[in-house]
Order: sequence, then structure tokens, then C-alpha cells
Amino acid sequence: MYGREIFAEAVKEAFDRCPNLDPKRDIEALIVGHMGESYEHQGHTGPTLTDWAGLLPKPATRVESACASSGAALRCGIFAVLSGLHDMVMVGGVEKMTHRATSDVTEFLAMASDFPFEQWHGMTFPGLYALIATAHMYKYGTTEEQMAMVAVKNHRHGALNPKAHMQREVTLEQAMLSRVIAWPLKLFDCSLITDGASCLVLAKPEMARKFTDTPVHIIGSGQASDAIGLYEREEFTTLKAAKLAAQEAYRMAKIESRNVDVAEVHDCFTIAEIVAYEDLGFCKPGEGGSLLEKGVTTIEGELPVNTSGGLKSKGHPVGATGTAQAYEIYLQLTDQAERRQVKGAEIGLTHNVGGSGATATVHIYRRE
Amino acid sequence: MPENPPPTIEQFYKFIGEKKLMAVKCRRCNSLILPPKNVCPKCFSTDLEWIKLKERGKLVTYTVIHVPPIQFQSIAPYAVGIIELEDGPHLLGMIREVKPDKIKVGMDLVVDFDTNLPSQWPLWPRYFFKPS
Repeated sequence: MYGREIFAEAVKEAFDRCPNLDPKRDIEALIVGHMGESYEHQGHTGPTLTDWAGLLPKPATRVESACASSGAALRCGIFAVLSGLHDMVMVGGVEKMTHRATSDVTEFLAMASDFPFEQWHGMTFPGLYALIATAHMYKYGTTEEQMAMVAVKNHRHGALNPKAHMQREVTLEQAMLSRVIAWPLKLFDCSLITDGASCLVLAKPEMARKFTDTPVHIIGSGQASDAIGLYEREEFTTLKAAKLAAQEAYRMAKIESRNVDVAEVHDCFTIAEIVAYEDLGFCKPGEGGSLLEKGVTTIEGELPVNTSGGLKSKGHPVGATGTAQAYEIYLQLTDQAERRQVKGAEIGLTHNVGGSGATATVHIYRRE
Repeated sequence: MPENPPPTIEQFYKFIGEKKLMAVKCRRCNSLILPPKNVCPKCFSTDLEWIKLKERGKLVTYTVIHVPPIQFQSIAPYAVGIIELEDGPHLLGMIREVKPDKIKVGMDLVVDFDTNLPSQWPLWPRYFFKPS
């Protein structure tokens, strides 16, 4: 299947979930996240996806922010509705990756890092997050075993998700013994190369009830940037852009981190989930590993994280990831997450990171 | 060489080809800018000059790449790290002439140069790090 065909399937599901929606009449524009032209030799994805979704001649724009492309597309959709220019828009994302060799995918993904000062020196994406992992291990004593616990947890969650790429559990031993990709990161510390698409319909709050009995309110949005090169940053154990995006989103939502009931965070590598806990204020800097040891972030825990299976098990079709995270939170806040349902979840959060942290978006959602 | 070479990435790598590690300094706010930027990101001045850096630093973090992009396959596994230069800025590069298991965060490294590469985009000569 081509990426546009996968996207059309996601759009079809969204339409089926809103029986009162007349897509050709009601959806006024599309904003779609897509990272790489190289995978399918296809640029200009905005109108391509719109055509396959049956929504021509609606205006369509592609947003590229590496792995945060559809988190950024979601934010642009919020701009479109809040500005008053549109009453209803579709936001989403797509990436078709698995037909390419791993070495090609490695090279395409690396394009989201600094070419002259990182890629040129042999750096890869697992390598960049390995640099973060090494720094975290030295500064805080975080262990390879704690990182492996992220993989075990997210695969356990993903095994319950019929849309997950890899619906099976892994053991700590399997994760620890998997082959080294970029020390200290091993195969099971890395998210998956996945094909996927996702989309959401955004509407003015007063309109949403006309189309669905189960709307979810977006109550906070934050985004920030940092240097494209990881080496330029002041610190390597935290993503400053994610911290700033979270602060902005919490402020807008008028909540604090302790009010979050369920979160989808950007676990492109296991260390990234540990850093996300700290950047989002779920724990103090350096304590991310201990949250895993205590089981706080499992579905049964106090603060379930990545109930979908995360990028690690659900998969990471990079351009689709941001709105796929929002889709999982939508399911959770409308009691449709079936075997993964977090009982009584009122407030959800998504954390979507581009590259090694040069882009971060955070969104906060509330049950109707 | 012109009197005042432009404060560009291309010029940075031309200096690397001459075995010189150079950074841009802002004459207005004294910021030391590496990677070089042609407008000072702190005060927006374009009154910039090149200065030579000490080719020494300490390793801040590192990794050993086992699965490389195609063009690096013949040398994998190889170590890459970020050093904090004695003059302050950070730089990312390969760590050579040391076994990966002997690499330690905090170790002293010096900058050396591999000038066997043609000096034309995108094939720059490379700097790399090695034990002092």
C-alpha cells in the first residue's frame, strides 16, 4: 500500500465515527504531517492525501517537523479553528517506511539532524539518543535495565492494542540481550520502522456536539524549538523544548502535571520516555528510571503512560505519530480503549518530539 | 586567503582542511559562536571575526555506533562523542585511536584532522577526537 492509501483508511474510520458529519460540506481544510519525500519519492503530500481522502478541492498543507510533524499539524489545526478562519478542519499524518532497507531508513531519519556537524561525522538517530542515554547514566545512575523496562512495559501495553505494529510482549532478558544498535541502546531500546496514518477532526467546541456524542476538548497546546544539533545544547539529559512546550500547555490548560491521568509520550528510544517523565514534571530530574521500577506508568499504575504501546510497540510511522498519540488519548477519554482502558481518566496529555529535540509539542485533553 | 573570510560553515571546513579549529566571535557582544553563524544569535550583529580555538577538550557524552548509514559501514563499529572544548563550545565528532571500552566520560581529548577528503560540498575534510 502507498502512504496515501493508508491515510484514506484512517480518514474513513474518522468519518465512520461521526455519522452526522458530511465530510465534503463540513471539513474545510486539511493539515497533514509527513516527514520524508525519500520513502515513496513523493513530495507535495497535502493535496495527494486530500485527493485519496475524497476531499478535493479543500485546501491542504503539509507540515514537516521531523517526528513531530503531526503534533505540529495538530497545533496548526488549532490555530486554524481558534483564528475563526475555519469552523472544522482535519489534521493528521502519514509515513510509509517498511518497504525500504533499514540502511535507507537510517539515512532518511538522520536528515532530521544537523548534516554538516552530525550526519557528516557518522551520527545516526539511535546514536543521538544514545548520547542522551550515556549522559543520563553518568549524571543520574540510570541503568540499561531501567531503559529495557520501558520496552517491556510498552510491549505489554501494545499486546492489548489491535492496531499496534508488534502485538507481543517481550521479557527483560530479551530486551537486555538484543543486539547493540548504538551503545548503550540495543534493538529493543529502539522504536519500530512502521507504516501508518492517523487523523483527527477538529471543530469549534460549540459545533462538536452536532457531530458526535463523545467530543474530547483540547485544553492546552505548547510548542518550542531548540538547536538542530544536539551538541549545541547546554544540557544532554533533558529536552529543553519539551519542558517549555509542557509549561506552555499546562499554563493554557490551567492544570499541573499531577492532574494528568493518562499520557502518550514520544518513546522513539526507551531513554526518551525516561527523559519525558522528567521534562513533563511527572518526577524530578534523574528519577525517571525509578518510576519504571515502581510500576507507576503501567496501565494499572498511578499514571499510565503509552497505553497504546507507544512508538516502541504500536510503532513509529514518523509523520503519523503525533496525531496517533492524540487518537489514543481520544479513545481513553471516551472509554473506547477496551482492554487498555484507564478507568476514570479525565485528563490526557500527548508529548511529540521532532529529531533529537529541536521540536517538541505538548497537548492536553479533557473528557467532555 | 582573504583578509576577512566569511563567517560560514563552508569557511569553517576550509579551515579544518588547513588543520585549524576556528570559531566565530562577535565583536559587539563577544559571543563565541560554534557552529559558526553568519548573524550573531545573541545580538544580531554581523560584525564577526574568526578566532582560533585550543584543540583540547573533555568528553561530555559518547556512543558506539554499530548500525551506521551506508557510507560508514566499512568502519563500524565506531565511537562518536560530544566534547566541551577548553574555550567553551561543544563539538560532535568521531573518537579514534582508542578502544571503545577505554572511553570514559570526562576523559581529555584533543582535536585532530583528517584532510584526505576533497574540500567540496558535501565532502568536507573532517575533524576528529583522540586521547591526548
